[in-house]
Amino acid sequence: MNGDPKLERIAKGNALALCATGTWTASFAPVLERMVADAEKLAGGSQSIFIDVSEVSKLDTFGAWLIERLRRSLTQGAVEAQIAGLSANYSSLVDEVRRVRATPVIDSSTITITGMLEQIGRAVAGVAGTVAGLIDMLGAVLAAVARTLIHPRSFRLTSTVHHLEQVCWRAVPIVVLITFLIGCIIAQQGIFHFRRFGADLFVVDMLGVLVLREIGVLLVAIMVAGRSGSAYTAELGSMKMREEIDALRTMGFDPIEVLVLPRMLALVLALPILAFLGAMAALYGGGLVAWLYGGVQPEAFLLRLRDAISIDHFIVGIVKAPVMAAVIGIVACVEGLAVQGSAESLGQHTTSSVVKGIFFVIVMDGVFAIFFAAIGM
Amino acid sequence: MAGEIQNPIIRVRDITVQFGATRVLDGLDLDVKRGEILGFVGPSGAGKSVLTRTIIGLVPKVAGSIEVFGVDLDASNTSQRRNVERRWGVLFQQGALFSSLTVRQNIQFPMREYLRVSQRLMDEITIAKLTMVGLKPEVADRFPSELSGGMIKRVALARALSLDPDLVFLDEPTSGLDPIGAGDFDELVRTLQRTLGLTVFMVTHDLDSLYTACDRIAVLGNGKIIAAGSIADMQASQHPWLRQYFHGKRARAVMG
Repeated sequence: MNGDPKLERIAKGNALALCATGTWTASFAPVLERMVADAEKLAGGSQSIFIDVSEVSKLDTFGAWLIERLRRSLTQGAVEAQIAGLSANYSSLVDEVRRVRATPVIDSSTITITGMLEQIGRAVAGVAGTVAGLIDMLGAVLAAVARTLIHPRSFRLTSTVHHLEQVCWRAVPIVVLITFLIGCIIAQQGIFHFRRFGADLFVVDMLGVLVLREIGVLLVAIMVAGRSGSAYTAELGSMKMREEIDALRTMGFDPIEVLVLPRMLALVLALPILAFLGAMAALYGGGLVAWLYGGVQPEAFLLRLRDAISIDHFIVGIVKAPVMAAVIGIVACVEGLAVQGSAESLGQHTTSSVVKGIFFVIVMDGVFAIFFAAIGM
Repeated sequence: MAGEIQNPIIRVRDITVQFGATRVLDGLDLDVKRGEILGFVGPSGAGKSVLTRTIIGLVPKVAGSIEVFGVDLDASNTSQRRNVERRWGVLFQQGALFSSLTVRQNIQFPMREYLRVSQRLMDEITIAKLTMVGLKPEVADRFPSELSGGMIKRVALARALSLDPDLVFLDEPTSGLDPIGAGDFDELVRTLQRTLGLTVFMVTHDLDSLYTACDRIAVLGNGKIIAAGSIADMQASQHPWLRQYFHGKRARAVMG
């Protein structure tokens, strides 16, 4: 019953008769396709063409389509190929397949120079679009802030507190651990290299200035961009995909006010706190290494630290934190709201949220460095 | 082979499924015969989808046995199971199309995995499947997010049928379709069942589907099959839920 499929030619005078036998199903598709391709060459010169399928034991869509493909290619001019001996079971399947109009597939994936130039142009325009999107979101957030100041009751405290817990409280352990380790590493490297000049104690100066001015806030901002920025983008993006944001809009809520503002506010509050905790953890880690590895007594470390740094260093560091938080938050929310319908788009936007967030954080840090140098801090 | 024709295509015995303390299915027995369209009804939350997902193997069961195509799914090895999976198609309630693939790629996905077929044949079969489910070939290069709800259902059905399965599970196939579209869909299921010799396991709420498409109806309640039989048996039943279901306002409207 499950014989291999065959397609044989039967000589019938002027008529071309092809006899199909066996199982014409998907599992035999490669064989079937080859046989059909061979048989297609037989066209021409015959008065009438028959494809006899009475001996076919099993037929599925693949087999039916191949018979139909054969019938179509054998049909030339006035001579129409006929399918004969079709059992009642399969006739409706063949009828179904006959309705199919085969359209050639247009493959648009060829690479051309104009195509490449177009892509470069689009990428450049995309950069401008990104900046415009960020400014747009900044404006929308500020407008929402203004509205909330006028109508304080519309402020979403519960949501803000919830996000504050997510991005601040739950981030404390990992932020403290990583900055502690970085403090340890800076101190160890400093002592190792300064010792050659007999300048062990200067490690305290380096650690204090570096941690308070730069490393503390920059490192924490990068961690927050990776941890919370990506979460924001994924949350807003999946809400966008399921039309939840459209639903909010139709109910008369402003998604910026309901979703973006609490997240932004939570982040702007969280980053200075985390940056402070991170700086303390790094100083502690550095002090510990200086003591255990460098032999600098804790009292000496603290005395030296007091001389080496002023409150200015701390202010320079901590002032940057809320600005960086705002940048991370805006980038994350813009990317989240830009997600299209597919899972792939969600992944792309989450990635670019983190990449752009970190990029803008570093750019902002550079801008701040120039600014503080100019005002002599 | 002869034995397989005699035996039910799905044989479910004494299935119990529990989520925490709630017992959703409680010693349920069900047979689905070869070549029939079984309509599966029951109140919302009774566990219709859970039973479907248990048979497919997505929900673990506490007790009982499931045989599909005469293969006991618990006792089967990987290759036996793979063989069974290749012979069934599933239409999920929300379509479950792969959102990052086009319609064409969605339909060709199982073919690429299980068959060795040329790209040309795959493309042609894709168009054929789309035509069968009543869609134009032009939708082949669209992404799922660019389709309407009804089109998603149709594409999902085309994907479920892409390997020409012997058995399809349809989870509420007509929900979210307009009455004409739903009627077409019922007709389509009937046609496909006739042409491809399909066995259909259809979870549905649509009375029209029950009347026009289904050969047999099974009713789920309290974790068990309350009743199974033809539409006439259902109408004759004295069970309170069935009476309400088949003699309610909507049922009368369907019967005319």
